[in-house]
Amino acid sequence: MDDTLAGLLQVVLLLVLLAVCHAPLGDYMARVFTSEKDWRVEAALYRLVRVDASSGQRWPTYAAGVLGFSFVSIVLLYLLQRLQPLLPMSFGRGAVGPATAFNTAISFVTNTNWQSYVPEQVLGNTVQMAGLTVQNILSAAVGLAVAAALIRGFVRSGTDRIGNFWVDLTRATFRIMLPMAFVASVLLLITGVTMSLRAGVDVTGVDGATHTLPLAPTASQEAVKMLGTNGGGIFNANSAHPFENPNALSNLLEIFLMLVVPVAMTRTFGTMVGNRRQGTVLLSVMGMLWGALLAVAWFAETHPNGPATLAAGGALEGKEVRFGIPTSILFGVSTTGTSTGAVNSLHDSYTGGAGGVTLLNMLLGEVAPGGVGAGLVGILVVALVAMFLAGLMVGRTPEYLGKKLGQREVTVAAVYILVMPAVVLLGAALAIALPGTPGALGNTGAHGFSEVLYAFASAANNNGSAFAGLTVTSDFFQSALGLAMLFGRFVLILAVLALAGSLAEQKRVEAGAGTLATDKPLFGVLVGGTLILVAALTFFPALALGPLAEAVA
Amino acid sequence: MLSTLRRQTGTGLRLLVLLTVLCGIVYPLVVWGVSRIPGLAGHAEGSVITKNGTAAGSSLIGVDPVPADPAADPYFHTRPSASSADVLGPADTSTSGGSNKAGDSQDLLDTVSRRRALIAQREGVPPAAVPTDAVTASASGLDPDIGPAYAALQVERVARVTGLPVDRVRDLVAGATDGRILGFLGEPTVNVTALNLAVAAAQRPAG
Repeated sequence: MDDTLAGLLQVVLLLVLLAVCHAPLGDYMARVFTSEKDWRVEAALYRLVRVDASSGQRWPTYAAGVLGFSFVSIVLLYLLQRLQPLLPMSFGRGAVGPATAFNTAISFVTNTNWQSYVPEQVLGNTVQMAGLTVQNILSAAVGLAVAAALIRGFVRSGTDRIGNFWVDLTRATFRIMLPMAFVASVLLLITGVTMSLRAGVDVTGVDGATHTLPLAPTASQEAVKMLGTNGGGIFNANSAHPFENPNALSNLLEIFLMLVVPVAMTRTFGTMVGNRRQGTVLLSVMGMLWGALLAVAWFAETHPNGPATLAAGGALEGKEVRFGIPTSILFGVSTTGTSTGAVNSLHDSYTGGAGGVTLLNMLLGEVAPGGVGAGLVGILVVALVAMFLAGLMVGRTPEYLGKKLGQREVTVAAVYILVMPAVVLLGAALAIALPGTPGALGNTGAHGFSEVLYAFASAANNNGSAFAGLTVTSDFFQSALGLAMLFGRFVLILAVLALAGSLAEQKRVEAGAGTLATDKPLFGVLVGGTLILVAALTFFPALALGPLAEAVA
Repeated sequence: MLSTLRRQTGTGLRLLVLLTVLCGIVYPLVVWGVSRIPGLAGHAEGSVITKNGTAAGSSLIGVDPVPADPAADPYFHTRPSASSADVLGPADTSTSGGSNKAGDSQDLLDTVSRRRALIAQREGVPPAAVPTDAVTASASGLDPDIGPAYAALQVERVARVTGLPVDRVRDLVAGATDGRILGFLGEPTVNVTALNLAVAAAQRPAG
């Protein structure tokens, strides 16, 4: 079969699977976040931790819950790494250094899952399971909770209560993440993914040489790594490692897992606000963006211009034979369009055009279709900004879903839109200005600059993928990228929860003759246009210095 | 506000401890329990291939075999690994990863050219006949597969050195080749670990 046709059929199969699952999963998640009933195990848990599940929280209390929970999560994960020698099944792997432990703790709690260490050498089973697997699940559950709170802001009227964080977190864990993760783990096991509690296995090859192959409890973590759009590999090579991703079937499953919850969240939104077409419009914008970026990356990767790539006869450096170009690109565009950041091929070795697409995908704020919870939140904020711009054009107070967008709402949306670019551009500029940075680069020239820009884009957007040629083990990069992850996660969450509180307080206004319909394609065009305009104005100069310069060389 | 934060943090800590037990101990151990089911356990422990009672390799991990005499090289070779000591040669299996070199890297250009020359010389073919996967390092550094073209390129040498008929070696390559899954997922692959073991088995006198 022709390579392009096979690749396209693979894309079609993925889209069919998503189309089939998105409505039932989306409606199910809507029920999870609106149901009055607690499961018995949940009720028992609430009693144990002394939570009044029936009481709603005002947004500052909800936010305090998110911050407090994330803070203790970071502390626990830091301590687990520092105290590794005392933990069982550590295989003699020592205490993780303070800078790496700091960076990793923030990285996994913020759903970034950036890795500045070689897991199979540095981490034992206990830190992997009781530390990283846990945050793979909980950081995604926090994302879902925040998204649910924002949707309630649109749904509710005349109240200062946006839900209960502990209830949302517990339900997202028990009813969404854990059951789906278990099913996904078993499917991954069937495709051949490893799941071992041993440190490794010795094999003696045909040449008589003995090699130790590290093993790990992979399947349970791989499932939540993808499902929760986390992306931190249990092996250094991530989803390129054959033990994490043994064949094209496991690969398709992993791509499906990272897209399914963000895609279904648009349905959850539509269902909860009582008009499913509101969700469909947003999903269309996400889908168009994903498709367009996939097409550009695919073309760029099959039309390389780098001298080394031309000498090799094609862009296979940093790719696995079982995946080839179309399957690698499909994964790369999906992992940067969500906040996953897992890789089955090395983005640093992509052509200028395809590498630029993965970078741009993050700089758009990760809304194609975005992280678990975070993707829906991101596109909703863009929708508010689009509505505000439309309101300016016709000179009337903008409204969305019956809520007026006044000064408070627009200010919060502006903060949300500006924080990420500020962190990315200032961070990259500072890094480039430091004398130590040229020595940390894995490549020179325009591509070297791209490595630094990519690192800050990845951290601030909580993606976690890398142009991994950059050496990030210096204290500067560990701390700067750690802070970028913190800002990119928690400033945005605070802004979103403030927005949710402000919206919930408002009384609903009825749609009038002059109201722009937000469940029609025209609004989708407006949202997509705003998204591209904001990103283009903000990032064009930086992109021109890096990937664009490389692509036209 | 501060007291709210303190109270919520306390709740968070209690919940985190319980959820850590559930998500970090119970959940992975249940999945591990499922992985003990016959049929899954082999994959779960690394897809190890056993020959004559010893672990001879993993069908998922490609480590380039080193011939005792480079002039009489009886092995099919894997793709280059970024973790190997030289431009060609066995991977360091204690780690995984790729070169992260870009297409405009002079370093990568030099490496690709050296690999092309070395492989062309080894196989006795013009440099232009060496396929792309043979001269580029994989993402994992442990790629178990090569493309059918690189396998075909090595058939004649392996047949000559091992004394097996060329057609026999071709059959062994065909036996280690998988097409695209369902006809369209991924790429056609030749598993090097399985292929070298099959060649070794074919050389052994019957009986």
